[in-house]
Amino acid sequence: MPHLITIENSGERFTGADSMSVLAAMEQARCRGIPVGCRNGGCGACKVRVTSGRYRTGKMSRAVVSVADEATGCVLACKTYPESDLGVEALGRVLQPAGPRPGASFSFVIPRSEKEA
Amino acid sequence: MSLTGVLRPGHVAIRVLELEPALKHYTEVLGLIETARDPKNKRVFLKAWDEHDHHSVVLREADEAGMDYMGWKVDSPATLKKLAADVEKSKLCQDLAWIPAGEHPGTGERFRFTVPTGHAMELYAEKDRLGNNCGTDGPDINPLPWPDDLKGIAPSRFDHCLLYGDDLDGTCKVFRDVLGFGLSEQVLLKADPNTMIGAFLSCSNKAHDIAFIRQPVKGKFHHASFELGSWEKVLRAGDILSRHHTSIDIGPTRHGITRGETIYFFDPSGNRNEVFSGGYIYYPDKPPLTWYDDSLGPAIFYHDRKINESFLSVFT
Repeated sequence: MPHLITIENSGERFTGADSMSVLAAMEQARCRGIPVGCRNGGCGACKVRVTSGRYRTGKMSRAVVSVADEATGCVLACKTYPESDLGVEALGRVLQPAGPRPGASFSFVIPRSEKEA
Repeated sequence: MSLTGVLRPGHVAIRVLELEPALKHYTEVLGLIETARDPKNKRVFLKAWDEHDHHSVVLREADEAGMDYMGWKVDSPATLKKLAADVEKSKLCQDLAWIPAGEHPGTGERFRFTVPTGHAMELYAEKDRLGNNCGTDGPDINPLPWPDDLKGIAPSRFDHCLLYGDDLDGTCKVFRDVLGFGLSEQVLLKADPNTMIGAFLSCSNKAHDIAFIRQPVKGKFHHASFELGSWEKVLRAGDILSRHHTSIDIGPTRHGITRGETIYFFDPSGNRNEVFSGGYIYYPDKPPLTWYDDSLGPAIFYHDRKINESFLSVFT
């Protein structure tokens, strides 16, 4: 049964089946509110906070989703499967042009979750 | 000068979230050959078809994706002792340790150390030879050009890794001054050419055996790469990856750096793999090729002339 998924940051809405991850459903719907990385639970680019609804998850790398994260609904969209309508808030990297920033020592863009760690 | 000292990247140990899907990917899609299992430590050992040594990839089931360590084969036990002493004397590395023979199946003792970017490296001199299964009148006698029963993409060898870390200068010093690598290509900041942000290092005739990009992280893994013989095989790899619904990052395309033809994709735990062809012959007297950060786009992806969103921000 399809469920309605809402990305709260972008306001995008799309439907996803139980068997399809939130990220795969988003890509299929050609929405862009959640950054896409490895799609396989390893890199953390698609980290979201689930704000409403029921879901189940597959195995996610502890390097990017801690036990505490998981307890507060912070999960990877690529490993999250809806069991009801869902609201999610994207937490992943902020997209910025790569390269040196004026007045700052050189630093590439890294996922926000790593900066916060 | 003949090739001495550090010969090649001999193995990479990759952490995977679930062993069975990983194994399916690495054997059936990538097309490596399983050579041993270590159920106690949840490890599987694999090799590419044209490698003679026992294994070049180790998969270990763990809670985090990423790289455990990379191992380098050296030309003799005497060289192993000498380079281990040199690493210790340099005081540039941490966590120095000898791993006893047999901890990897069919492998002699290994000297492990952590380089300044936070990556664990190993040196070893001995690994059992399984051969490449091409001999027709006995191992290595009157060989076929390639063996029967290859599966998937079937690269010939594990070739190199690209790693992300902070102290690029320190790690370059270890590889160049202590281990004898040459710098084939470098990326420098145009505004401050004393600042290196990318280093491509070779211990052989290959355009690179390992590469590092400066990032404010420790010990991160960008990709492990495997060699294919031609551009057409890179295209065929794309066909095989699509057929298996493998998550593709980018490609087939060309790198400016090393001139390699490439496709990037992800294993089922999000670790990036590459298969590539081409490049050039590196000699120790070749001047390093230099790129500046304002040309990082074509340096990384020559056709698009820009870095995709995931190149710098997606790693394990």
